[in-house]
Amino acid sequence: MSWLERLAAIAIKETRQLARDRITVGLIVGIPTIQLLLFGYAINYDVRDVSTVVLDQARTSLSRRLVGDLGATQVLGGIRQAGSEAGLRRAMQRGEANVGIVIPADLERRIAEGRRPALQILVDGSQPALENVAQGLGAMPLLRRAGELPAPKPVEILVAYNPERRTAVQIVPALCGVILTMTMVVFTASAIVRERERGNLELLITTPVTRGQLMAGKLLPYVAIGLIQTTLILLLGWWLFDVPVAGSLVDLYLGALLFIAASLSLGLFISTLAQTQFQAMQMAIVTMLPSILMSGFMFPFEGMPAIAQAIAQVLPLTHFNEIIRGIVLRGARLTDMQPELAKLAVFLVVMLALSVARFRKRLD
Amino acid sequence: MSAAITARGLARRFGPVVAVAGIDLDVPRAQIYGFLGPNGSGKSTTIRMLCGLLVPTRGTVSVLGHPVPRDAEVVRRKLGYMTQRFSLWDDLTVAENLDFMARVYGLDRGLRCERVAARIAGYALGAAAGQRAGTLSGGERQRLALAAATLHEPELLLLDEPTSAVDPQSRRDFWESLFALVARGTTILVSTHYMDEAERCHRLAILDRGRISAEGTPRELARDIDAVVIEIEAEDLLAARRALAALPEVRSVAQLGHRLHVLLSRDAAEPGRRVAAALAGHCPDARIERVGATLEDVFVAATRLKDGPATERVA
Repeated sequence: MSWLERLAAIAIKETRQLARDRITVGLIVGIPTIQLLLFGYAINYDVRDVSTVVLDQARTSLSRRLVGDLGATQVLGGIRQAGSEAGLRRAMQRGEANVGIVIPADLERRIAEGRRPALQILVDGSQPALENVAQGLGAMPLLRRAGELPAPKPVEILVAYNPERRTAVQIVPALCGVILTMTMVVFTASAIVRERERGNLELLITTPVTRGQLMAGKLLPYVAIGLIQTTLILLLGWWLFDVPVAGSLVDLYLGALLFIAASLSLGLFISTLAQTQFQAMQMAIVTMLPSILMSGFMFPFEGMPAIAQAIAQVLPLTHFNEIIRGIVLRGARLTDMQPELAKLAVFLVVMLALSVARFRKRLD
Repeated sequence: MSAAITARGLARRFGPVVAVAGIDLDVPRAQIYGFLGPNGSGKSTTIRMLCGLLVPTRGTVSVLGHPVPRDAEVVRRKLGYMTQRFSLWDDLTVAENLDFMARVYGLDRGLRCERVAARIAGYALGAAAGQRAGTLSGGERQRLALAAATLHEPELLLLDEPTSAVDPQSRRDFWESLFALVARGTTILVSTHYMDEAERCHRLAILDRGRISAEGTPRELARDIDAVVIEIEAEDLLAARRALAALPEVRSVAQLGHRLHVLLSRDAAEPGRRVAAALAGHCPDARIERVGATLEDVFVAATRLKDGPATERVA
């Protein structure tokens, strides 16, 4: 009983200190709210109204209809005409247009022959998202409309689980993991390192408190904070962006709990390496950036090279993204996510073991 | 009853730096034992080895009959430790800090409330009980730290420079509290660099560069000092100083108001006459008197006489 009492004493002390730290309390609520608003509204995978410059060398009724069709997709907007190839290049160089379309003078013959490409589309490669636009434009059945060649779509693509292809639906669940990664790792790492910096730890480790009590007592309040943040993100996502939870809430919270524990264990491990809060922050950022960039949140996981995929396998966020997308969007059950859960559990156990091995009730 | 602390050949190095170079220690029970030494002499490192925070590079330690660091966890239940730096929580109140430490020491509810109330009353913290520790004065912080270190009524208290940030009156009060604890049977080991505090200890070890260079009661130390102390009164003390600098047996010269306080090697034959002869040409009015050693003389002799050239000190 006294084992639990000591653990509780540390958890209560930690919570009390946290509640008095107004800025941290503000950050607990503020970070998820601001990030969700920011990314929920700002990130949009649907590219629209890309400024375009057209060099129409054919100047036929067909070429004019083609330009009209491209404008009608709403992907391209503000279409301007260029007088020459040099003019088109200059417009792109200055950034006035991100896409340039060259219609050759022998457009009709090229279509009739069907061997050479009918149109040339120039894309500003310095803007990553635009390449997809060009791919999409290339696949457009322009010529069917032109009536010259029947070009039936060979494959029909249906988007399941997010039929309207709304970005927010993809963003909100993924953001939940990103925000938890950002807060959990930094909070725990700095909470422990702060005590080391201020000398509190030297006093604490000369008391009968055990390593386990010390670590668990310090982590427990942050587990609660992680769950509060998860709730906040899901509520805001549902309220502002109409992102419903298709699966079971119990499954969702159990998955989140495991991910929170994994992130806290990473913070704990960092705290055993860092001597100052500044070092802890730097180390947390080193783990945070790959988590955000490589976990499949920003770029499709499948497109990454094998080595990057291997690194991503180590990151808890990669697996949590799978879990939360599955539960929130596809209505999957936790039992469908066993490989991901297992990988998270392994990460947690390894990190805890490393932390326990490194954390000594000593100063040397 | 066995000694509270026994150490043999205790040494600790940090990389190439030797912090403690092999010390033997016997701290008797129910006394105040002082570590006197300049900064960097190994006081804190020794205390940290005694409570198991640092593992010795060499040597053995036994605290309250238990080998340390092997039985550090057993010892920690019987030990109170006051760190050099205030290490309770600035953002908790006095009462919360005490309550937390009482829980950590595993006191059950009734005992906890009783002890916390007793310490708040006993260490005059009543007015500040609801105040956050970060806003306390230096003296209040010291009392709070001592109150926290004694909540579980430890048999042994290790105090690492406990009064370094405290005014003289608070220091007096603090030492009164220590004697009250000793009267109840507590053994106290305290490190300091204040002579007046060292004077109050039952026994003292003078540490210098990781070694114990003198050990005993303050009275024994002053009696057995390995030097001769003389005082010189003269009109032109600067000239007297220059004249003394020429004598090889002069180990240290300090000015105390109108007098010069001089430490000479004991092996010098007829030190008084030698000094008189040296001064005769420069300050004919000089009055020379042999005096008893103070603890400060002992400290200077023990920390500087052993090796190295004569250095002047400013008292």
